[in-house]
Amino acid sequence: MTIPQQVPYLQIRPTKGWANLQLREIWRYRELLVFMVWRDIIIRYKQTVVGAGWALVQPVLSMVVFSVVFGGLAGIPSDGVPYPIFNFAAMVPWTFFSGAFTRAANSLVNSGPLISKIYFPRLIIPTSTVFAGIIDFFIALAVLIIMMWVYILFGQIAPFLPQFTNPLGIAPYTIIQIPFISINWLWLPYLTIILTMTTLGVSFWFSAMMVPYRDIRFTVPFVIQLWLYISPVVYPTSMIKNDWLRLIYGLNPISGVVEGFRWALLGTTEFPASTIAISTVMAIILMGSGAIYFKRLERTFADVL
Amino acid sequence: MTKLAIQASNISKQYILGSSHRRKDSLREGIANALSAPIKGAIRSVRRLPKPTSPKDNIFWALKDVNFEIHQGDTVGIIGRNGAGKSTLLKILSRITEPSVGTIDLYGRVGALLEVGTGFHTELTGRENIFLNGAILGMTRAEIARKYDEMVDFSGMEKFIDTPVKRYSSGMALRLGFAVAAHLETEILIVDEVLAVGDAEFQRKCLGKMQNVAGEGRTVLFVSHNLNAVLNLCKRGIYLNHGQIVAMGSADEVVQTYTNMIDEDTVLGVADLTTHKGRNKAMTPIFRHIRLLNETGTPITDFKTGDTIMLEIGYDAGNASYDNVQVSVHSIFGERLCTVSSQFDPNAPQKLTGEGMITCVLPRLPLNEGDYSLTLSIGNKTVGDADMIESAMTFRVWFSDYFKTGASISSSLGYFIQESQWKLL
Repeated sequence: MTIPQQVPYLQIRPTKGWANLQLREIWRYRELLVFMVWRDIIIRYKQTVVGAGWALVQPVLSMVVFSVVFGGLAGIPSDGVPYPIFNFAAMVPWTFFSGAFTRAANSLVNSGPLISKIYFPRLIIPTSTVFAGIIDFFIALAVLIIMMWVYILFGQIAPFLPQFTNPLGIAPYTIIQIPFISINWLWLPYLTIILTMTTLGVSFWFSAMMVPYRDIRFTVPFVIQLWLYISPVVYPTSMIKNDWLRLIYGLNPISGVVEGFRWALLGTTEFPASTIAISTVMAIILMGSGAIYFKRLERTFADVL
Repeated sequence: MTKLAIQASNISKQYILGSSHRRKDSLREGIANALSAPIKGAIRSVRRLPKPTSPKDNIFWALKDVNFEIHQGDTVGIIGRNGAGKSTLLKILSRITEPSVGTIDLYGRVGALLEVGTGFHTELTGRENIFLNGAILGMTRAEIARKYDEMVDFSGMEKFIDTPVKRYSSGMALRLGFAVAAHLETEILIVDEVLAVGDAEFQRKCLGKMQNVAGEGRTVLFVSHNLNAVLNLCKRGIYLNHGQIVAMGSADEVVQTYTNMIDEDTVLGVADLTTHKGRNKAMTPIFRHIRLLNETGTPITDFKTGDTIMLEIGYDAGNASYDNVQVSVHSIFGERLCTVSSQFDPNAPQKLTGEGMITCVLPRLPLNEGDYSLTLSIGNKTVGDADMIESAMTFRVWFSDYFKTGASISSSLGYFIQESQWKLL
């Protein structure tokens, strides 16, 4: 090994005020991000008997409980589809949000030894934890689709949506053709991006805050519980009659995502264009502010942990 | 004239003491501060730490106005007691933490090796950990894949490479960690105390690898308590004390300066420990003094091999209660030779609280001729070490015909004296 003539140059100095996000550096460390996501996924499923089944236990059990309590006992309307499917369409994005947020909020504190021993862009830690949750999300989504199929077979929900057009002109009612696929599904990736950005934003805020203020740890479950009730997971948005209230309600990007999911998959509502637009803006604000706040606190992480 | 590798100008690092304690139980303050931080920050764009503190005496400078230049291909040993700022300096150089003041110009990529196997996960196999650890250390996937065979070979772990690391012994994990780290090909390599762990053979292997690295013309910064290792490995040295550079120059000279200064504040067997520079700043001052006495109760710092040493340790534990006092004996080079603990003695007091004195008798001192230092610590299971003082006291041992055979024994034959019986069969 010989020293190259041109060596990379770097100056270390105290950062003042608002640090820039150093996105180029995060890009340089993208392989580490991939490795960390991969590690989180492997570790989560190694040594668990049910393996990836854990991705299902929580949303499915929650859905059952919610169906009994809110759909059954409380008699909360579900926009004309059976309550379980109505609820599970929301549980898919919600479980991802709550699970990834909980793990990511604790991720920095749990990586203390790593942070105090080696340098890399710290944003990678919560980001990789959130990304690792996406596997669970897809598994739950697959289950949702199977569930929809079963409901269609038993005639519980309409086999296809009004927007559905069949390009092949084949009778869409047969099981083999999965009769409920809709063009609206094209919105799902977009909604998933908004969902991920929101989760990242909240995770940046909380994970960074938790480093100097450990008691934030105790607030996370509480925040998630409150958030569940301000999101249309167990009830439909249509229950909110006041227009102004509904506008404020839409500021929660999760409500836009959940409504979007219900619209795309179940066709129970009109296309929630304005809600999705507001959610997009809010998700960008959350993620941007979270990243900036994170970068601002980042310089003290190694000293405090 | 060789090219510069590192130029540090006026590096200072301040820590605010005690703030972490306050933070923990102040959710209200915490949230208020966290929420107001962006607003305050916008108004006062220059602010160092998330929590401004008022009393000035809480500020502690881990490093103060440190200036140095290191040229490409230099091997530099950084020595000094615990709390002298060595680790802080390494952390700043490796970008783990920022300096409060000053700039460092780095010419070349920096690979930092502050711990072997950083980021190892015990559930993952050896192979998986090689890739993960390599990525954490800053290697690309392609780079790791290219050197993978070499790393496995170096570690000698071929057979266990697909076994989860949790089934490894600590020595095996260490070897694997070092194998990955040793293949970092950065222009500047920063190494902290990795040699302090592992068995002798492993340490030799590490030292050998580091010598190769130095021989390749790369720049190496090496921090260690082991002065022998520094002398073996480094051409230049930096001696840090209280966050400042005391001596800088050839490794031999710097080590000499360090060993001369190490025992200057021990006076005739008594050392005042209320304020002692060997105490880590994070520790609560509990120890008050230490005194070395001989069998007749005279304060003394010179002993003979086989003598009885009595340690008298004054403490003030306040309201806290401690059940573990430890004394470890270190060589002049900083190697820990042995440790005695009050928990090794069934008759030792179970609970130390308030103010008092405790004595510890070490009968039949088995040490060879040389200078030794004592490190004290006190604690309990819940807090771990509450107070710890490095080199609280030094003493000298003379050999003086211990075996009654008139044979003399040089200190190069080892630290310990072992009696032996020889017979012709």
